[in-house]
Amino acid sequence: MTEMTEPGIWQEVPSPFCGIASDDLVIKVDGNDVTILENGDDITKAGFETAITDLSPRFNGRDVSLDEAVSHAAQLIRDAKQPVIGGLATDLNGCRAAMALADKSRATVDNMDSTATFRNLLVLQDTGWMTTTLTEVRNRVDVLLVVGTDIESDFPRFYERMVWNKESMFNQDIESRQVIYLGKTPSGDASTSPKGKKAQVLACDDADLPEVLSVLRALIKGKLIQAKQVGGLAVSDLEALAETLKQAKYSVVTWSAGNLDFDHAETSVQMICELVKDLNLKTRSSGLPLGGRDGAMTANQVSAWQSGYPMRTNFSRGFPDYDPYLSDSNRMLVNGEVDTLVWVSSFNVQRTPPQSLAKTIVIGRSGMTFEQEPEVFIPVGVPGIDHVGRTFRLDSVVSIPLRKLRDSGLPSTHDVLTAIENAL
Amino acid sequence: MLMKLTGGKIYDPAHGIDGEVRDIYVRDGRIVERPTDVKFDQEIDVRGKVVMAGAIDMHTHIGGGKVNIARTMLPEDHAADVVARTELMRSGCGHAAPSTLTAGYRYAEMGYTAGFEPAILPINARQAHMEMHDTPIIDKGGYVMLGSDDFLLRMMAANNDQEAINNYVAWTMNHSHAIGVKVVNPGGINAFKFNQRKLDLDEKNHYYGVTPREILLRLARAVKELGVPHPLHVHGCNLGVPGNLDTTINTMEGIEGLPMHMTHIQFHSYGTEGDFKFSSGSAQIAEQINKHKNITVDVGQILFGQTVTASGDNMRQHAAHPHAHPNKWVCMDIECDAGCGVLPFKYKDQSYVNALQWMIGLETFLMVDDPWRVFLTTDHPNGAPFTSYPHLIKLLMDKTFRNDVLSQLHPEAQKASHLASLDREYTLYEIAIMTRAGAAKLVGLADRGHLGVGGAADITVYTDNPDREKMFTTPDYVFKDGNMVVKDGHLIDVTWGTTHVVKPNYDISIEKQLKPYFDRYHTQKMGNFKISDDEISDDGRGSITVQPLLLGAKYDY
Repeated sequence: MTEMTEPGIWQEVPSPFCGIASDDLVIKVDGNDVTILENGDDITKAGFETAITDLSPRFNGRDVSLDEAVSHAAQLIRDAKQPVIGGLATDLNGCRAAMALADKSRATVDNMDSTATFRNLLVLQDTGWMTTTLTEVRNRVDVLLVVGTDIESDFPRFYERMVWNKESMFNQDIESRQVIYLGKTPSGDASTSPKGKKAQVLACDDADLPEVLSVLRALIKGKLIQAKQVGGLAVSDLEALAETLKQAKYSVVTWSAGNLDFDHAETSVQMICELVKDLNLKTRSSGLPLGGRDGAMTANQVSAWQSGYPMRTNFSRGFPDYDPYLSDSNRMLVNGEVDTLVWVSSFNVQRTPPQSLAKTIVIGRSGMTFEQEPEVFIPVGVPGIDHVGRTFRLDSVVSIPLRKLRDSGLPSTHDVLTAIENAL
Repeated sequence: MLMKLTGGKIYDPAHGIDGEVRDIYVRDGRIVERPTDVKFDQEIDVRGKVVMAGAIDMHTHIGGGKVNIARTMLPEDHAADVVARTELMRSGCGHAAPSTLTAGYRYAEMGYTAGFEPAILPINARQAHMEMHDTPIIDKGGYVMLGSDDFLLRMMAANNDQEAINNYVAWTMNHSHAIGVKVVNPGGINAFKFNQRKLDLDEKNHYYGVTPREILLRLARAVKELGVPHPLHVHGCNLGVPGNLDTTINTMEGIEGLPMHMTHIQFHSYGTEGDFKFSSGSAQIAEQINKHKNITVDVGQILFGQTVTASGDNMRQHAAHPHAHPNKWVCMDIECDAGCGVLPFKYKDQSYVNALQWMIGLETFLMVDDPWRVFLTTDHPNGAPFTSYPHLIKLLMDKTFRNDVLSQLHPEAQKASHLASLDREYTLYEIAIMTRAGAAKLVGLADRGHLGVGGAADITVYTDNPDREKMFTTPDYVFKDGNMVVKDGHLIDVTWGTTHVVKPNYDISIEKQLKPYFDRYHTQKMGNFKISDDEISDDGRGSITVQPLLLGAKYDY
């Protein structure tokens, strides 16, 4: 359990920032200063060590009390015809409060990473998938196929924790694990084995991935391919890859939807998921969608159990109305369909609201700066630093308990959103 | 606050009361003796009405990962049953995979005051409790799933003694806040990860060399020796496989007289006779249940229409994937802990197999003699959504209605069943046993499911209507902990129920094994796996109720 073992030193601190929920961090807290002593990386350092700046809420750029800020926010929402609660990067209780507020104010809910997340969700809702979770990968993976994704830039500790761990429960020779990249080339050496074996790379452009994946799936299914080349890759190399996957006992095919940044990438995700299903007719194979940083899974999970639907659900008719196209908050904002935006972002000071004409209320992590000062800004604490909380990691299965590490006096997102709801 | 319910016909099987006219007194949420002061804050005239304790659903998938996958993947199923916000209620959706809020409201409106999630993966228990926390009015709780987790199988492969296994089971129950232990396809979910596609009762896991029979014995013994009132809750081997009735009978006989609850027995009662190589095994199964007094069952009745099946049994769900309707499905391997499979499914009355499944379920209800050992479930939502319970009660209580429905089903299936010849009609008293007194006893709820002094005032009042479906759909009143929450079938107040758990004793030395196991193999620390009491009480509307262990439990550290 996360606990203080000596004054100011916290052990086993879980990270709500990194998506894989590493919970072996050792953290030093001195007043409001937080430093990671052990097991940090670029993502978690930014997450834990970003300093508090603002303590006071603002209304039109002027410092006001929390009560005043809440009452101005409530007024803006009351006056709104089409409010959106966007961003939604927060913990369990922050999401619960956001859903309650959306239901009452007839708002639309959306998460800041939905464009990526929906590349997966649309597949889940159309054909489904076979997936696995991190501890299974850590103990079972023999072939890891990485599709169109540079894992280490977004998930710096993935290999250390899930692939090149010291030992597997099933006495697997860890060094024998194969890592194969299809599409993007890895940006560093995280995928290189402890003894120096480099990942195999079958590089192609993102634009060619749909075609390359469909050929790979056809080969797995035993179809004859006439072409010799696809997307700059030799079909014979893909044949060898198909054979490797068929021979593997527990292959894992992974991708980060955020990295598959091209039109209709959901069809490529679907191709991945269907080829995994095909492999499972004879052997075992699983998909592993990477993502879930800054509470993205938490928002979708809470929304699904409270309303029946994931993000991009609109309550304007008094009941949940799900439409992944019409209720895409990015599209709505660009088209000027939103008059008031409530932007919830309690993890990352870089994740500020998109520029728009909407009146904007930011419930944001202290330390945020804005190109365009929002009408209302209420600085809030960070779940897992300033207050207790829970978030889901990328596999939507494991959730982590977050502890309060310092006493900054900043309110939680839940408290602020609940106060706004009560003031409506 | 003192309330009197005057003159109702009381059905309280826990006290042997079968339709006697009595008054009930409620003070501060509890049923009390007739008070000496006669000034009531509230008196409600229920003369001529049927009064029972609030109903208890002892097996319903209302919270946790697989349920939320089902919700997320089925927007089209919600579309026909979206629920608007009211002054009182949050918006949501219903039908096969309802939102937590709507599920709580609808259970209450049907006179149910408690529901138990039967498949809580230890590693996903935190989520299951989050969802149940957002399920209003009803009490809740759950059975933690063991039997395919690598820690247990490693212990068994290493021949750890029963004492060590008891410790592990008790530790897991405490830290996942469970009231029972469930095993799903014992060892099978684990074997599927090693690419085994079926696992019979005496078939070995390729890696561990352990069989389902051994797993069942170890866990059933642990539950008994720990004094946990709810017997080991078993989803057996070979679910849905024609011919599985032999495995089911073997499972009952092989448990060596230990208490065991076999869940959704309908899915495990299939023979291979006839042209379709699919036949009813309910007569043999019912005979075995009647014979083995250590066995309880719930039926897992199927009813016709669209639903979704959500199960921990990814081995069997994967095998069933060609039947997904619509054609989309999810299977997951989970955390060296368990797995899950989610398949939408449509039961069709003109399908031979589905029609016979319907008949097998009803035959089982009607042929098991002792209503204290058979429970009314549809394995929500796997056989049908829980909102179909009133319809199911009518099928059990009204032979004419039952045979009318039967006569419209697949004709070959009708010939393969002797359901039409079964004359039994359940009585109100028997329904009260199955859905109240028996269920509370089975789950281990000392203060629920009865109307005796000291019991919680979870009370449902019905108008005695010969149309039992109508009667059980819209109770006149439902009281939760003494508060009137439903009047004339409509919700009038929203309260928040408690979470029932048991806390069997364990020796803390088990953590000397568990901590390094988590450190070496897992991706979460042991300490962060544990769920604190604060997480259950959460924002203040949650609470934990610790139910008593059975007397004579082996351990007292």
